[in-house]
Amino acid sequence: MARHISIMKSRPAVKKTDALHIRPAVNSDLLALTALDEEITGLAKRKYWKETFARYGARRRLPRFFFVAEDNGRIEGFIVGEVRAWEFGEPPCGWIFAVQVRPKARLSGIGTRLFEALCDAFRRAGVEKVRTMMARDNHLVLSFFRSQGMMAGPFIELEIALD
Amino acid sequence: MKLQKASSFALYAVLELAANPTHPLSGTEIAEKYGISAHHLAKVLRDLGRAGIVEAARGVGGGYRLAANPRRLTLLDVVQIFEPVGPQNVANDDPELATDAGCALRVVLDELDDHTLATFRSITISTMLKLMTRKPWTNSARETKLPRRAASRR
Repeated sequence: MARHISIMKSRPAVKKTDALHIRPAVNSDLLALTALDEEITGLAKRKYWKETFARYGARRRLPRFFFVAEDNGRIEGFIVGEVRAWEFGEPPCGWIFAVQVRPKARLSGIGTRLFEALCDAFRRAGVEKVRTMMARDNHLVLSFFRSQGMMAGPFIELEIALD
Repeated sequence: MKLQKASSFALYAVLELAANPTHPLSGTEIAEKYGISAHHLAKVLRDLGRAGIVEAARGVGGGYRLAANPRRLTLLDVVQIFEPVGPQNVANDDPELATDAGCALRVVLDELDDHTLATFRSITISTMLKLMTRKPWTNSARETKLPRRAASRR
């Protein structure tokens, strides 16, 4: 019944804002990024985001990218990715490994703008393909990437527990 | 994999209605376009109506409209009205689980079913309409290309 209700009701679209600005993350964004991630995931990962910014944010030399979506001075979302070459036997391609948009700011095109910005960066870096991976039960993110045109790739992820 | 006819017919109907939000379509129109049984489609549309996915359009001409939000309605929502999707619960005393081979096969089949469920659940009707526009199955668009930022945006 809950699912039936959710597909029937059309949530009023969040008004698209002309003030949205996609830009590379800077050091002063760290606090806001950590807070946004904690708001969404419920997990505080200050050390993780500090290390992620150091690896993918400013002063990077390798094709690594960390973009934020800023609306009227507030960080509403971010996306992180890099070009990886010859992993799993594949030529260089872009990998997206983090994307988040503040829940109340969703359905206003922010995720799409972030995705397009990262794809543009990958294109400038000379790659022609983008990949990502997520938990099978992460329906929200899976649906988002599908809506951007991504389809299942040639890989299968396998795992084993170590005794 | 192959869907049951009812599931396919239902998806054709839902996609047609989603692609024509301002213009109700009759079951006959949809059946003619897809070369399918109008009688069978009528039954499918009744089931979709009971599920709240389509509704009869009022006024002259009649027909059907999509009642659900195509940005939220998924392939799973439609298909599971007509056939089971995903891992099927097997009773502990099922003969299939009486042997190691049976149990091992069940593990593999459940893995396939999990992927099927995740795929159907992740694709909305809106995403399907975009796929129909891109046509990646044609020779010239065999691989999905990296999207470009819209020219009008900064």
